[in-house]
Parts: sequence; structure tokens; C-alpha cells
Amino acid sequence: MSMNTQGRPSAIPAGSAGFDGVTGTVTGNRGLQIEEPLIFEQDSAGRTGVDLPDVPKVASRLGAVKPRARVGLPGLAEPQVVRHYTRLSQKNYAIDSGFYPLGSCTMKHNPRLNEKMARLPGFSDVHPLQPVSTVQGALELMDQLAHWLKTLTGMAAVTLVPAAGAHGEMCGIMAIRAAHEANGDSGRTKILVPESAHGTNPATAAACGYGVDAIPATADGRVDLEALKAKLGPDVAGLMLTNPNTCGLFERDIIEIAEAVHAAGAYFYCDGANFNAIVGRVRPADLGIDVMHINLHKTFSTPHGGGGPGSGPVVFAQSLAPYIPVPYVTHGAEGFALVEAAGDGPAFGRMKAFHGQMGMFVRALSYMLSHGADGLRQASSDAVLNANYVMARLEDVMTASFEGPCMHECLFDDRFLKGTGVTTLDMAKALIDEGFHPMTMYFPLVVHGALLIEPTETESKASLDQFVDALRALAERAKSGDAAYFQAAPRLTPRRRLDETAAARKPVLRWTPPVTVEAVAAE
Amino acid sequence: MRYLPLTEADRQSMLEAIRAKTVDDLFRDVPEAARLAGPIGGLPNHMGELEVERLLGAMAAKNIPAGAVPSFLGAGAYRHHVPATVDHLVQRGEFLTAYTPYQPEVSQGTLQVLFEFQTQVALLTGMDVANASMYDGATSCAEAVMMANRITRRKKAILSGGLHPHYRDVTTTDARFIGFEAVALPPAPTGGEDLLALVDDRTSCVVVQNPDVFGHVRDYTDLAAACQAKGALLVVVVTEALSLGLLTPPGDMGADIVAAEGQSFGNALNFGGPYVGLFAVKDKYVRQMPGRLCGETVDADGRRGFVLTLSTREQHIRREKATSNICTNSGLCALAFSIHVSLLGEAGITQLAQLNHAKAVQMADRLAAIPGVEILNDGFFNEFTVKLPKPAAAVVEELAGRRILAGVPVSRLYPGQGMDDLLLVAVTETNTDADMDAFAAALTEVLA
Repeated sequence: MSMNTQGRPSAIPAGSAGFDGVTGTVTGNRGLQIEEPLIFEQDSAGRTGVDLPDVPKVASRLGAVKPRARVGLPGLAEPQVVRHYTRLSQKNYAIDSGFYPLGSCTMKHNPRLNEKMARLPGFSDVHPLQPVSTVQGALELMDQLAHWLKTLTGMAAVTLVPAAGAHGEMCGIMAIRAAHEANGDSGRTKILVPESAHGTNPATAAACGYGVDAIPATADGRVDLEALKAKLGPDVAGLMLTNPNTCGLFERDIIEIAEAVHAAGAYFYCDGANFNAIVGRVRPADLGIDVMHINLHKTFSTPHGGGGPGSGPVVFAQSLAPYIPVPYVTHGAEGFALVEAAGDGPAFGRMKAFHGQMGMFVRALSYMLSHGADGLRQASSDAVLNANYVMARLEDVMTASFEGPCMHECLFDDRFLKGTGVTTLDMAKALIDEGFHPMTMYFPLVVHGALLIEPTETESKASLDQFVDALRALAERAKSGDAAYFQAAPRLTPRRRLDETAAARKPVLRWTPPVTVEAVAAE
Repeated sequence: MRYLPLTEADRQSMLEAIRAKTVDDLFRDVPEAARLAGPIGGLPNHMGELEVERLLGAMAAKNIPAGAVPSFLGAGAYRHHVPATVDHLVQRGEFLTAYTPYQPEVSQGTLQVLFEFQTQVALLTGMDVANASMYDGATSCAEAVMMANRITRRKKAILSGGLHPHYRDVTTTDARFIGFEAVALPPAPTGGEDLLALVDDRTSCVVVQNPDVFGHVRDYTDLAAACQAKGALLVVVVTEALSLGLLTPPGDMGADIVAAEGQSFGNALNFGGPYVGLFAVKDKYVRQMPGRLCGETVDADGRRGFVLTLSTREQHIRREKATSNICTNSGLCALAFSIHVSLLGEAGITQLAQLNHAKAVQMADRLAAIPGVEILNDGFFNEFTVKLPKPAAAVVEELAGRRILAGVPVSRLYPGQGMDDLLLVAVTETNTDADMDAFAAALTEVLA
């Protein structure tokens, strides 16, 4: 059996006649669940999966740099590569295969029309530095997307540049800082962030050189307005608030919050990660928000791809509109033009190499056009209806943290598990065996053992009912004293409860060639 | 609305279960003054699939795709041939529509891909370890500087004039708002800057690019050693990842951190994004690395498996003390990168890199033969700088009128800095002999 450097067996026990202790099969495979070694363990020197033309015979001109000896990559033919990645894909849960009720993450249907549109050569095969006369359609698409985002939010300006929601937060806080600097207001050193905020919020504020002051939540899951007012002063640069918030609730006092923030000379940043709950029903500008990022993948469906790419455009009210990064699209004398340099104005410099995530823009606009103004309103209505339905159907067996109505996600805590020996994590793992991706666990931090469920608007009532039935049965099983069942879950997955502590203690972050007997002998 | 499964009957029965009269009741926490009574004005209502295809298709048709004409554009984004297999596999729903692999038991596919990606990046860059990707090369470069600041507890970065100006700008934007010093040297199209002279006891790192933005390739071995002797780190930026298939890798030159753009493998030009930032470091700096990391471990049955790891650096745990605020990576673009590199393998990547270099040499020779045209580079990979007897932007515009995308005028990267007669030309395996002849012939005519 080949061993890697950590002495762990590398997948298939080639040539061994024994049976795998876990699966009972010779190969370790389990029917359609097939074990797949690392690609580096399938190397055959000289093999390749591409056929390239011969290299023209010319004298190389590499200057003082020497050609490298070897990279150390494995060689595989095309069918082996196809099979490798196909088998790996089958070890993933995905929105295409099942319900993904991850609160605050918003996993909804990804229409393939969007993929088709993003792959039109007129969008996918254009270079960011082509003459602008040859990319008028690409700039028109960006202009259209900007129009939708401004109209839906009621805001005055937008930048499409940020590569992700967290990058958008950075952009918004930079704009706030630039505005205070332009006003000669240098004494503002703090950003207020509620306890329930996404972890990126305090990290962003700190990364931008601000101190972070937490605002407590009230008993009903909202920002404590009195505590906020007490902290507002001439040292506060801004407030970062998520609305609807991470408890799944609309901040009822939001207009008063905005007034208090403005009265103190600070700016109001809204984390727009949950905009999909209210799009088409409320315009953030009408709530007094100065700046907000929008995660295109959450509100307008671009696929998450196992962790990215994202896209985090930022909308600005008039108050902050001058402070946007370059580049941006303008209407020039001969069609659309691009402003690529910040110049002497208040606009600040670049945040990303080029114009933003064009591929995501196409997908998002395709989704917006498919829904239209009427459909987007219906989508947020259905998202909220689905979440309230799930909450209502679970309320008698699980403990809802706050009274409803909730917005697009509902929050439970672990009081219903008290004394059972079953944790939130155990519940999540048992849910995997039932064929569901778990909900978000242990977030938000303001409640103990949180379970945050977000159904989204693209789930049918039947899929919600099946999920609710499974959760109800599990909750009752936990209360019946069957903790062992939960602690052994999941049982039916390709791997079971992975040792995360060991992974962090002695990190193995890459494959290294196996140490052969010959090599050891030679030393 | 084909994406919304609820029927009116479903909605009614669900409202009954909630004991609400209408959906509007569920929005009662929204201040009344801000509630919209109906769909927002000024936007169209929903469209069928065919209608959307027509609308977006018409916009796409207004652009000239690089593949439709002879194209020699580079400067940080490169057109390479991506095997059909790559996009096919990337579009498998299990990859495309999966979330961040927070539940490892049902995400082993994505996690193993990331582990393999990290290994490929480490091998290509010649470094010990890599992370599971960043947004793009420019943000990767800025993060490298911030990481060097943390490691050295110093706050001054020296940016070479050969660093792509967009990368420079992203880094100086961060410097302004995050509070460190970034000393950017003026662009040097023919090289010849003394970076070491600027390194003092406040310098956290020196950032160089190889090949640099003008296409020059250099050996930074001596610079790495000299920086380290003064307590500063060497950050090497690579915007054309394919060059790593041919050139001495940054790790072998002694680089401490490598920040690169991986778009060249598996990813389309996409008008500038999404791309995939590569980030690789020496082993001893792993715990200061930003972004996601996938690590090997064992499961409850003792079998090898993979998890996201070292998350104690991350924003969801450390909040205001986090190493960076990064939340997303470029998982799907990293997958495309990884599949393309797997298809190439050792033999393919070497040949593809040699092919790019040889074609670039051929093109440089064709252009150098045109009266008044001069090549500024002694050594280059697949991109070089051409000095023209006329302003390059006007020449590029005129050639675009003849449906040839001639390259990037240096004045577009450095407006108003007196480099109007310089043109950056990139050549890849996608450029045919006919493309090269057409470009050379048209340029001869335009300059005549």
C-alpha cells in the first residue's frame, strides 16, 4: 500500500486482497460512492490530456533567467481527468441536488440561462483593455446593471468593482473614511457594529484602521436604540448594520437609527447581504442608509461555486456618491466611456485589477430581466412566506429565539435540546443523513446554539414540508433520549465526522511525494 | 414566474398555517412610510427565456470578441485556449452550485479539489504552501504586502516600477485607508532601478513582478538574499501564470511570498473578472496567510479526508482581530485552473510555455523588421514592449478599425507620463501565423 508522508493510506489499497474495514468492499468503494485518489497519485510520466502543436524552432530569448527543470505535476490522459473530477463532484452536496437552508448564505436555484448568457463570446471573450470602441456592449451591460441596482435601492451612485460582499464592505468603509477626510473631520476613530453582525463587519472596520465598538441587542433581537444613542458622538465615523438583521428580523427602528447616526455627524453603512428579503418591497434609500453592498449571488443568483467567485457592488446615497473607486462607466460623446484613473477629485483609487466580476454581472442581469420588477417583488414575498411557514411549523418542537414575523430566515436556539446530550452540531449531522444540507449553526452569536434556517423563494412547499418533517422527527428523537444516534451521525456520507482539531494542530496543506524504500536506503 | 414554485393555492394554505391574512402582514415591521405598494417603477416586468436571450445577445454582439480577430492583448489578462473539458466539468451542478465547504462530510469533492489546487500552486511557484485562492492577482498582491507588514512588524513597502500599475494602485489604495506606507517607484520601461538602496529598517517588503509589466524577465535571487539580510521580505508578483511553466520559479529565487493571477489557466478573459488570485508562501509564514486553507485529516473511521483549516485567523472567529476581512475566495475559478493544469500535466505545461515563448520570439522578430519599430526587451516570456514612431493609442485605434486588436498602449496604463509611443504586445498559442502576418502587415501600412 502506498503511504503519503503522514503515513496515512492513500485511498485505494492497490493489489491488496483485503476488505476495507469500513465499507466491507475490496476497493473501499460503496456502490455509486467511489473512492478517488489524489490526482498526484495517478501520475504516469509523459502522459498528457492535451495535444499541442509542435514548438517552432527559434532561439529562446529568456535573458538572464534560466529555464526551470521540473514542475512536478502529474501526467494524465483526458479520460482520466474527466473521471477524476466527475467522481469528486459526486462527493458534493449542491443546490442542484437538494435543499440548502443555510441562513445568511442564501442558496437559491441557479438558472442555466444565466450560465449560457455569461458564456456568449461577446461577454466572456473580451479583454479588459480592449479599445472602448470595441466593447460598447459590455459597457452597456454594466450601465444597465447599475441602473437596476440604483432603481431597486433608490440610491444615487453605484460601483460594480468589489469582488465580493466583504470587499464591498471595505469599499463602503473606505468611502466613509474618504468623506470624513474631505470634510476635515479627523477625530472620528470608531465604527459601531451590533453584536449580531456578520464577522466580516468588525473585521472590515478594523482593517480600515477603525476601532470597533459593539452595540448590544434588545430582548426582541434588534439593535438597542438607547444603547446606540449613548455611544454616538464626535468620535464615531459610522454605523455598520445588517438589515434585515442576522436574527432574520427587520430593524423596526431603522429610520430613527439613521436620524440618530446622521445627527451625530456619522454615516450609516448597511450590510446588504439580506437584501433579497426586501428587494422590490422597500428601497434602502428611503430608510436613510448612506451606503450598502449587495451580494449579487444572494439577491440575484449567481452560483456560489463551492466558495466563490462573488460580486459585491456598492450603492451610495448622494452624501457619499462622490467617493467611489475607479474604474466606472460614463456616457461619453461617442457612446459609453470608462473612467480609469482617480484624478484629483474625491473618487478614490482602485480596489481590483480591472472593472469587476463581469461574468457575475451578466448572470445577475439575466436573472433580473427574467424576474422583472413584478417577479422580484414576488420573489422576496415568497422568500419571506417560506421562512415564516417553516418557523410556524417548527415552533412547537423547537425553540424560536424571537417572536415573528421573521423575514427570509428564521432563528432557533438550542433550548429544546437542553438535557438531551444532543448539540446543535449533532442535529446538523443527523440532518445530513436525511438528505439535507444543514442550516447555519452557531450563528448569530447572540443566541446560544443557534440554528438559522433560510429556505429562499425557489423551494417548493413539498420540499419545505419534507425538511420540516425530518427536523420534527429528529427533535422528538433527541428528546426521547437517543443521544447516541446523533453522536454517530452522519453514517451515510463518503466521510464521517472529520478530525478538524488534528488538521489545525499539525496542518498538512499539500500533497508531497511518497517516501520510497529506495530513497530512504539511498540516504 | 418559472423560478418560483409556489402556486396561489400553496400561498393561501401556508398563510393559514402562519395565521396571517396576507403576505403584506409579514412585512409589518417595515416602517409604513417606506413600504412600496407595488412593483418599483422604471423597470420592465418579467421576460421569457427567449426574450432575455435576444436582449443580452444584442448587447454581446456590440463587442468584438478577442477570438474573432487577431488579438495581442495582455498586460495582466491573457487569452489562452481552454480545453472543452474544463468548462464541461466546471458546469457540473455539484461543483457549480455548491456552497463554501463548511460541512466537510458532504463537501469532500470541493475540498479535495482545493487541496490539489494548493499543491499545484505550490509546485508551480516553487513555494512550500499555497492557499485556496484569492479574488484576483491585484488583491493578492495587496494582501501579500499586509502579510509582510504583520510578519516583520514594519509598515513600509517598496513597489517596483515594473509592478503592474493596477496592482500598484490597489496596494496604495489599501495603504491609504489601512495605514501603511507604500513607496511606488516610477515606471521603468527599460529597467534599471536600484530597489535595494531603498530598503531600510522600516521596510517590510520589496514587491517585484516577473515577467514585469513591460515583459522583462529577471533573476531576483540576489535581491531576495539582500532584502532578507536587511530584515525585509521579497514579494514576487506573477501576472502570467503560464510563465511558471518555463521560468525559474520565484521560490527557487528565494521569494518569501508569491502573489499571482491564475486567469491564464482554465479561465476566460471575461472583460476583467472573475479571475483567480494565487497566494503562496514559505512554510514558516502559514499562520499569517490570509484566505481559506484546506487541510488533510482523518475521519471517524480513520480514512483520509479534507477540511477547511486554521480558521482561527478568520473573520467569523476573530472578528475585529482577524487576519483579513476576506470571506469568499474564487473556488470555481480555482477549479477551472486546477482542471486545466491537470489536463496539461508536466509535459503539457512545459510544451505550452515553450510554445508561447517561441511564438512571441517570432512576433518580436516580425515587428522589429518594420522600419522605425524597436523592441525594448532583452529577455521576455510571451509579452514585450514595442517602441513606435507614432503614439501607440492612435495606432491601436486605427488597427481596431481594421479588426486587429494590436496590444495595450502603455499610455492606457500610465496616462500622461510620456510613454505615448510604447505598445505592449502579448502572443499566445492562440495566435496563428496568419494573425501575426496580418498584424505586422497592417502595422507596416499604418506607420508608412
